[in-house]
Amino acid sequence: MRAPRPKVAIAAVAVAALAVAGCAESNRDDSSSGSKKDTLVFGVAGDPKVLDPSFASDGESLRVARQVFETLVRPEEGGTKVTPGLAESWTPDAAGTTWTFKLRSGVKFHDGTDFNAEAVCVNFNRWYNAKGLMQSPDVTAYWQDVMGGFAANENADLPPSLFKSCAAKDATTVDLAFTRVSSKIPAALMLPSFSIHSPKALQEFDASNVGGTAEDIKYPAYATEHPTGTGPFKFKTWDVANKTLTLERNEDYSGTKAKLKTLIFKTISDENARKQALRSGDIQGYDLVGPADVEPLKGEGFNVLTRPAFNVLYLAINQKGNPKLADPKVRQAIAYALNRQQLVDSKLPPGAKVADNFMPDTVEGWNGDVTKYTYDPAKAKALLAEAGASNLTLKFHYPTEVTRPYMPNPKDIFELLSADLKAVGITVQAIPLKWSPDYLNATTSGSKHDIHFLGWTGDYGDAYNFIGTFFDRPKDEWGFNNKALFDQFKDADTTADAAARTEKYKALNKAVMDFLPGVPISHSPPAIVFGKDVTGVKASPLTDERYASAEFK
Amino acid sequence: MFRFIVRRLLQLIPTLFGLSLLLFIWLRRLPGGPETAILGERGTPEMRAAIRHNMGLDEPILVQYGRFVRRMVKLDLGTSTSTKRAVTTEFIERFPGTVELTITAMVIAIGIGIPLGYLAARRRGRFLDHASVGGSLIGICIPVFFLGYVLKAIFSENLHWFPSSGRQDPTLGATRVTNFFVLDGLMTREWDAAADALWHLVLPAIALASIPLAIIVRITRASVLEVLNEDFVRTAEAKGLTEQTVRSRHVLRNAMLPVATSIGLLAGGLLSGAVLTETVFAFSGIGAFVAEAIGQRDYPVLMGFILIIAVVYVLVNLLVDLSYSFIDPRVRVR
Repeated sequence: MRAPRPKVAIAAVAVAALAVAGCAESNRDDSSSGSKKDTLVFGVAGDPKVLDPSFASDGESLRVARQVFETLVRPEEGGTKVTPGLAESWTPDAAGTTWTFKLRSGVKFHDGTDFNAEAVCVNFNRWYNAKGLMQSPDVTAYWQDVMGGFAANENADLPPSLFKSCAAKDATTVDLAFTRVSSKIPAALMLPSFSIHSPKALQEFDASNVGGTAEDIKYPAYATEHPTGTGPFKFKTWDVANKTLTLERNEDYSGTKAKLKTLIFKTISDENARKQALRSGDIQGYDLVGPADVEPLKGEGFNVLTRPAFNVLYLAINQKGNPKLADPKVRQAIAYALNRQQLVDSKLPPGAKVADNFMPDTVEGWNGDVTKYTYDPAKAKALLAEAGASNLTLKFHYPTEVTRPYMPNPKDIFELLSADLKAVGITVQAIPLKWSPDYLNATTSGSKHDIHFLGWTGDYGDAYNFIGTFFDRPKDEWGFNNKALFDQFKDADTTADAAARTEKYKALNKAVMDFLPGVPISHSPPAIVFGKDVTGVKASPLTDERYASAEFK
Repeated sequence: MFRFIVRRLLQLIPTLFGLSLLLFIWLRRLPGGPETAILGERGTPEMRAAIRHNMGLDEPILVQYGRFVRRMVKLDLGTSTSTKRAVTTEFIERFPGTVELTITAMVIAIGIGIPLGYLAARRRGRFLDHASVGGSLIGICIPVFFLGYVLKAIFSENLHWFPSSGRQDPTLGATRVTNFFVLDGLMTREWDAAADALWHLVLPAIALASIPLAIIVRITRASVLEVLNEDFVRTAEAKGLTEQTVRSRHVLRNAMLPVATSIGLLAGGLLSGAVLTETVFAFSGIGAFVAEAIGQRDYPVLMGFILIIAVVYVLVNLLVDLSYSFIDPRVRVR
């Protein structure tokens, strides 16, 4: 009596399955499943947040943007110097506030429309005239970082805009006017956030319509489905369910066409899982290689590229936390107490070096002639005694659950640094905190800690982007107010003449190392790896790797 | 039967209310409250107050709970603090992957576990019995993430038999319909895509199935042994019934009740096991998402996940109870 039931059930399921099978159509083109040799799958640590680089500040979004879009000027391949991009040349006027860019001709956007001076102005005006949520620091982080504010600031805290106006003189000549001279121009225009978009696509997909609330930002379809630039790759699909983003070759690219037909970014957040996926052939490259894996992967024949070090790891001293730390002698004692060479040799990846400035030597303005604090524990003890701080106790914050290119293993670094401090008689209170949000908040927002370590990777090759970011104004991380130093920064930033500016930044590096707000520790080269048969990609200190030149041997 | 189902589904409502109340209080009792989760240590008293006000945390707790329940009824689980997107949207995108994975794992656990447990009982004291009991002990003891790494090291990295990560080979460019990849492949007749999705399920499903499989083997074995000693089995054998008949009609059927109960409990546990498995295999389901949410202290996501687990537990147990009435007609009488 009961027997027929399962049969009825099976029949019902089969009918239902057939019914749904009839209602879906494959929309796959056969070309994408072609030879694997023109498709590169690259493992990345996280999903991009948004595909319109105007709104992006995370590395994964910018990585995609760099393949799809182009900027007026761009970094030299594998370096940080400003070289031509969509602009062939650029010159400032006598005052240094208006820059004339001569544009490349014959360039087309992915939607077939022409790139020209008019398009450049549409883009700059779009950013400058941002309204509502587009003025949120979460949305236009880099615009605000470089340009300050907007045409009409909606928030009293926003500074006036550095950008003033854009004028298209003819199809290939455009003038960008600024309210004052700034050392950031033109280097900052290399940032992917200043990528030039197709005006037609911006309008068609309502690209400036950022909705939602500050806590729940809703980007328009342009920023998630229709990014349209002039780059060597075109956006194809973003398969959220499979955590992959697919780009395809731009056949109409004005420069050297991409060698790959398809470029796929696949999100694998776990570093070990990325390594296993590379070894098993699921992916043909990945970024954020663990420093401990560099040598083994090289040994296995993988193509491990080391980026020139474009970062700095430093020990920050919070002068507000402990009055003793406001005494320069105590800060010098801390600097002399640290055996940085030993730390670099034992805990950092091959190629890392001890830092003497708060910026790497590849940036103009680096100064080899600053006060150096080589390891000297006896001197440290003497300085502490002189300052009456022989039994100094320091609250030492260090981060957990994190690796960064400049600090592969924070706990080890903490152990070494605190051993050095203890050796000169300083009592160290260890305060480990989870990287995000606790550590970042505690160290950069003026809590009652004394010392911590942190680092910085440069956005573009400019001294201001390193030392200016740290020391050009009072900051909770350091807890000091040195008006002379701040004024010196302002003066350097507004110097139009490049050579004079470089000299001023050299002087600033010296002033910073004399004042010693903290101790620069090291510069470490981060690594990126490709499969054994993948060549052509050049590692970039700015993580501006160009996948268009990648090919299979 | 219909009444039974409706009654059970109605029971879901007070269960969820109770659970949500507990979770709600737990969330508000955390040191520092939710504003600390958002602000971390940096918050000045003014910032904290502003956030509390924006989130409505300065209102009476009952008002807050009422608002929370109203949102929940509309399936609005709030906004993820890390991705800034609606938790419901995030879950809908990721749920199919986790469902495919857990169903495959359950099929493996049941499909192998019940026959193996049965055979172990029938061959009590012989090699197969010792092997399956010993094997299941190992299965229970080995942590899922470790097993995942070992499976990947052997079958992906060295032998290249199975993919080590993801749900499908992205170079296939498969069409998406429901985000259940196997089903999508079948519906669009992209057979290679369906096969590839299945292929991607094998290793993570084995890792995820290891513990339920081990438990099912042991429970089945114990239960079958018990039934084998019952008088009615001896009677059936004495009547001269074939072994086949005794096995299917008398022994297995009667031994299945405790097994079915345990399967119900294990199915809910699979969802939490998916957190580890999906992370190890970079499998884009809810589990991997929740693992990230834990790291980010993304409370709306965690709360949503726990509520979903609760719903799944209740539904699976409802199915188990329904299956009782097929296995043991006595249940229906009540």
